[in-house]
Amino acid sequence: MTEAVKPGSGAAIKAAASRIADPEQRVLERIAEIRKRKPSLREDAITMSHGAGGKASHTLITALFGDILSNPVLDQMGDQAVLPIPGVAGLGLAITTDSFVVSPLFFPGGDIGELAVNGTINDLVVGGATPLGISAAFILEEGLDVATLRRVVESLRRAADRAGVSVVTGDTKVVPRGKADQLFITTTGVGIVALPQRVAMHRVAPGDAVVLSGAMGDHGSTVMLARGDVDLEADALRSDTMPLHRLTAALADAGIDVHFMRDATRGGVATVLNEIAQAAGVAVAIDEDSLPIHDEVRGVAEILGIDPLYIANEGKLVALVANGDAARAVEVMRAQPEGAEAAVIGEVLAEPDGMVFIRTGFGGTRVVDMLIGDPLPRIC
Amino acid sequence: MKFADEFRNADLARALGGRIAGEAGERHWKIMEVCGGHTHTIFKYGIEDLLPSNVELVHGPGCPVCVIPMGRLDDGIAVARQPGVIFTCFGDLMRVPGSDGSLLDAKAAGADVRMVYSPLDALKIAQQNPDRQVVFYAIGFETTAPSTALTLLRAKAEGLRNLFVFCNHVTIIPPMKAILDSPDLQLDGFLGPGHVSTVVGVRPYEFVTKTYGKPVVVVGFEPLDILQGVHMIIRQILEGRCEVENQYKRVVHDDGNPKALEVLSRVFKLRSHFEWRGLGFISQSALELQDEFADYDAERVFSVPGIRVADPKACQCGEVLKGVLKPWECKVFGTACTPETPIGTCMVSSEGACAAYYNFGRYSRARERERVLGAGDHANGNGNGSGHELKPIAVRAG
Repeated sequence: MTEAVKPGSGAAIKAAASRIADPEQRVLERIAEIRKRKPSLREDAITMSHGAGGKASHTLITALFGDILSNPVLDQMGDQAVLPIPGVAGLGLAITTDSFVVSPLFFPGGDIGELAVNGTINDLVVGGATPLGISAAFILEEGLDVATLRRVVESLRRAADRAGVSVVTGDTKVVPRGKADQLFITTTGVGIVALPQRVAMHRVAPGDAVVLSGAMGDHGSTVMLARGDVDLEADALRSDTMPLHRLTAALADAGIDVHFMRDATRGGVATVLNEIAQAAGVAVAIDEDSLPIHDEVRGVAEILGIDPLYIANEGKLVALVANGDAARAVEVMRAQPEGAEAAVIGEVLAEPDGMVFIRTGFGGTRVVDMLIGDPLPRIC
Repeated sequence: MKFADEFRNADLARALGGRIAGEAGERHWKIMEVCGGHTHTIFKYGIEDLLPSNVELVHGPGCPVCVIPMGRLDDGIAVARQPGVIFTCFGDLMRVPGSDGSLLDAKAAGADVRMVYSPLDALKIAQQNPDRQVVFYAIGFETTAPSTALTLLRAKAEGLRNLFVFCNHVTIIPPMKAILDSPDLQLDGFLGPGHVSTVVGVRPYEFVTKTYGKPVVVVGFEPLDILQGVHMIIRQILEGRCEVENQYKRVVHDDGNPKALEVLSRVFKLRSHFEWRGLGFISQSALELQDEFADYDAERVFSVPGIRVADPKACQCGEVLKGVLKPWECKVFGTACTPETPIGTCMVSSEGACAAYYNFGRYSRARERERVLGAGDHANGNGNGSGHELKPIAVRAG
């Protein structure tokens, strides 16, 4: 007989353990209970892992920001927050914010200005919102070339035009040389969304198909090579930075029953799927052979010993759709240039909740965990 | 990808898995893969799912990151913290915990720690920063040692005076010997390390067959290589043979790479003893710089604490590495020792035996995963293709 105990509490662990006589199962049950505990921030100082989008980032956000700033809207931890508009029924105000610190500022396929617009647009549209306008705040390092700044802002303007929004307000600060790396941008976007939200985490259910809008890992690999740390060349490699508003609109127009969407950025597709599995209390199984990956990315990942599932994207939609709509969702996506390589990559299962598995092309399976630390190369 | 996909063919894998299942019969087999690269392949491709449950792979001591003892890591971090130093190392070393934080923490606290992909990158950094002291923290077996050696030879030839090597290079034979000498050893055979063997060849393993009577098959790093290696070991035992076989002939020559061996002996000599995480001190198991390279030896040039940090008492990594204990049987597994707060070597690297087991949770066993996920046709043919049953997993009755 189990009483109502808090998951992860000492009592829960004891109860779980006492149910089972097999010592191995007992240990495994204990781990399963411990994993349900809220993560706690153990480090005394911020390390680069806290910014990599994986487990450490997740811990920092939930254990520090989420804890101190807790409120009903923030606690949902979505890509965007939705606020009620006083006096208006059936509509909500979606808001999202994002900072951009990429180095180098310019890379094949894009630059920091374009990234700053697309990232914020994407965080709005994956919640089903229509963007209304964005703000842009610049932190500039003393000594920055005005020509460089002009190039970035012009690119930002082009990206905003492409996404059909305007930069309606902004801010500028200058810091002494060495206190920032050339320039950082923070963009905030607002949009309007129909309530109750059609696309929401609670709609994720076993049986849903997982659809990915195109090839994984282009952005992360491109920037890694553009930084010059690695002596590799891949001329065909381009960042995939792009706005996803047309893609999400096309899905809505076609009446596809989309349960949930997210753009897979830092931490890659693997991290997004883990967040979904944990938040929705489901399992996600993906098929390796179905994953769209460009040959250049496969090559870079193979040489550096990293997994494309964890490499950052800047224009890839992960959509969980009702199973019966999966084929049509792919068709609709493929009709748009942003989704030309869309594919069904997996499905949602009921058990084991909170976990992501991959069925390897070789015929085995493995667990796909959240990224721990930076995607670091292996040496052997 | 050409020259790689050929070795990842699922149909061949199933066929080979079926053959292994047929020949392995009823007895329980324990085969150790010595090299961390093999462990990585095994997990990446889910190879255990293709093997019958009575063929067990034991993950050996060949992960160069995992075997670095805490004290040596502390010494490295102490050097990294010295003003004027640029500390370079391979990426996966950066988050391994020392007794007071990792290199990643030292970096956050202001140390100039940089990830490199090759010691030659460190040489380049040294050339670009003549006013700084650039230290390369060298780790790895005979696989990576030649590149460190070549870098030192080049630095010397160019008269570069600001590059230093903190040498932690180790050799593969002594830890294998230590495992074989353990009285509670329960292994049937070894998958020999492919990359190390490209340098040392296959003859150094002959003592394993001659003295200890255990077969060795040197294998490559693609998933089919590993399955074939397992098959070759089982074959040897069933046929009453005990030999060193070379499955990785497309890369490994029986005599190794004489040029690399020559470079190694010019730059390095054997240390009298070296401490291994989980295995303790093993004599003549590591390399240090020849006196001729003393000016490049970070251990001689920089002052380091040199304090030995004992492996935590409760940690039973040694037993896990030898295949005597399963990860879950260790006293601290999953309680004090987790991937976020690792105590022992097996939990440190994501491919350490304990970390892998921890992450797979109760789905570590192929049969249970299959029941949940329907992961394809398995070696013994009871899978059902891509059909997925949604029924919850049954907890095994005690």
